[in-house]
Amino acid sequence: MTAYLLTGARPLGEESTDVLVVDGQIAALGATAADTAVDTAAERVDATGLVLLPGLVDLHTHLREPGREDAETVASGSRAAALGGYTCVHAMANTSPVADTAGVVEQVWQLGRDAGYVDVRPVGAVTVGLAGERLAELGAMAQSHAAVRVFSDDGRCVADPVVMRRALEYAKAFDAVIAQHAQEPRLTAHAQMHEGVVSAELGLAGWPAVAEEAIVARDVLLAEHVGSRLHVLHLSTAGSVEIVRWAKTRGIDVTAEATPHHLYLTDELVRGYDPRFKVNPPLRTAVDVEAVRAGLADGTIDIVGTDHAPHPREDKDCEWAAAAFGMTGLETALSVVQAAMVDTGRMTWADVARVMSVGPARIGRVADQGRPLAVGEPANLTLVDPAARRTVLPGEQATASVNTPFAGMELPGRVVATFLHGRPTVLDGRLVRPGDR
Amino acid sequence: MKHLLSAGDLSRDEAVLILDTAAAMAATQERAIKKLPTLRGRTVVNLFFEDSTRTRISFETAAKRLSADVINFSARGSSVSKGESLKDTALTLQAMGADAVVIRHSASGAPHVLARSGWTRGAVLNAGDGTHQHPTQALLDAFTLRRHLVGRRHGTDAAGQDLAGLHVVIVGDVLHSRVARSNVELLHTLGARVTLVAPPTLVPVGVEPWTCEVAYGLDDVLATGPDAVMMLRIQRERMADGGFFPSPREYTRSYGLDARRLARLPEHTIVLHPGPMNRGLEISADAADSPRAVIVEQVGNGVAVRMAALYLLLAGADRPTGETE
Repeated sequence: MTAYLLTGARPLGEESTDVLVVDGQIAALGATAADTAVDTAAERVDATGLVLLPGLVDLHTHLREPGREDAETVASGSRAAALGGYTCVHAMANTSPVADTAGVVEQVWQLGRDAGYVDVRPVGAVTVGLAGERLAELGAMAQSHAAVRVFSDDGRCVADPVVMRRALEYAKAFDAVIAQHAQEPRLTAHAQMHEGVVSAELGLAGWPAVAEEAIVARDVLLAEHVGSRLHVLHLSTAGSVEIVRWAKTRGIDVTAEATPHHLYLTDELVRGYDPRFKVNPPLRTAVDVEAVRAGLADGTIDIVGTDHAPHPREDKDCEWAAAAFGMTGLETALSVVQAAMVDTGRMTWADVARVMSVGPARIGRVADQGRPLAVGEPANLTLVDPAARRTVLPGEQATASVNTPFAGMELPGRVVATFLHGRPTVLDGRLVRPGDR
Repeated sequence: MKHLLSAGDLSRDEAVLILDTAAAMAATQERAIKKLPTLRGRTVVNLFFEDSTRTRISFETAAKRLSADVINFSARGSSVSKGESLKDTALTLQAMGADAVVIRHSASGAPHVLARSGWTRGAVLNAGDGTHQHPTQALLDAFTLRRHLVGRRHGTDAAGQDLAGLHVVIVGDVLHSRVARSNVELLHTLGARVTLVAPPTLVPVGVEPWTCEVAYGLDDVLATGPDAVMMLRIQRERMADGGFFPSPREYTRSYGLDARRLARLPEHTIVLHPGPMNRGLEISADAADSPRAVIVEQVGNGVAVRMAALYLLLAGADRPTGETE
């Protein structure tokens, strides 16, 4: 029997209480927790003043394995996730080979189990080889051991409207969702950054907001037409927020995601041509950041997904046009959300749990994640110290890559402990190896 | 001034100093012996990731006239095409002791990355980066404008003067033009008024904050009697996706400078072109070869301006090759 007593924790930032975890479940709360703990010889974890959240769930992680183990592996990405407060991540399909067969998704799922730091839920590709032409075997992936419920060609847009329509329809058979990377390819040929005042001055080819919004608008209408579930990945523009808001008032079954970087950073950062700020979709304007924050606060945007995208050093240590798109995010996401949404008074910690745990688990159909903090529930838990401040040091992160746009920035909040199915993966802000306890 | 990366980095006084220095350099070029000992023992590397014989020769001539050692490094194929990376190339040149790196690159911002990276200790001169900046081109254009339109008026070389009150019209492919971006910034700094004229498809989205006016009709703007008209090259190599204008003939009809339009300009108006020209597209042979055209003179002024830039960047910093700062 393994047992932990978290003393003085504040569930969802509310009144402090004791929480007893026994054999993977929340066994008791409040005064009874301490009493029961004596019987179970529970290990005590001082959680005084710490906010207790359901373990975070990321619907959007690039673990790069198989194929780009020089950037990240399932193991290194899992460790980064645990340190970031995550107990479940969804591994995107744009690996090499692409996760477009039951074999590949089962391999990734097994690698996640072997690593043991988080539940790794593979995302399956929508189309074979992410080519956007023929549907991959969604049924085989859904029925595999990996039990895939999220399909996405992320990194590329399912641009063909007929292919997108068929994918939306077909996924209904197993209650899966199509997660769209909304990027009209013709409008973004050679695109390097957000198209606007800064791109005009810097002479970098523009990625116009309309290229995202046109696809979001098309897809919500397709989802309405065929009565399917649609998830919009990394929504980044004010116009996309308005379209999703409109779609929801119309009753369309659409969910949307914002990334931490689109909540916090703008295209002004591109002025130094530092490729750490190169990402797809690109950093937008301050007006867009404000609209995305407002959309997340009012529920138009359902969740925060990291779009954790590690890249080897040489892919960022070069001129802008040659650099890869993407930035890491697992170990900074919660701090950025605290800075952008909680410390600004726009969201409570209960809201954070909604957008970083409950919501992603619901969209991904992960039954034992994102659960209430109640007796009998699975003990996937995160303890965060909201009063802490820390400077982001890329070299000290667990991710195998250093391409964080937050390097050198001071951010609020620190993940103190993470529990996966009742077992700590992080204690005192440090990793706990699966075999150690 | 440690580097010369963007025309917008220059203050009015810095820009005037470069023009004045260029005037002094130009005077020495009238002599039979054109070589000055100023940069003896210094090494200037011309690092060209993009073909440009004209600009490379201009920088090479400028450096040699100042007695610097010149290394031409033609790095065909950047890391984009999996050749040697910018980083490794720069580290190699640093190991060879470059005091200044003149860099031409197809990627916007490559000189800025080089200057910031610490890969080289030398001064970085931007000789054209993607569709971003070409500061020495703007300086040689300003130098040419000053000589013709300010100096002539005062009967002097116009030393110490800027371009206050002049109206310069820049016509053509603004979207893809580093020359236009650098000129808008520099000419504004020097007090000139700039009007960009182009079909709307060749004006970047986000142009609003630029320190210039934007117009779509060339004839209306020419009717205001500008002091100078600068024709930009239509960069067909950057127009693979096409569709920026219906046909070359329609472009020439609306935006080309020909004898008819030339005749309507005031007598003092000069015509500039950064070269190489597409004769018959943005400029007719009549216009290119007319007495108003100062296009060949621009080339000569380019050497003087680049001598001035190298001199100001290197002669001030008194550290011979191989020694650290």
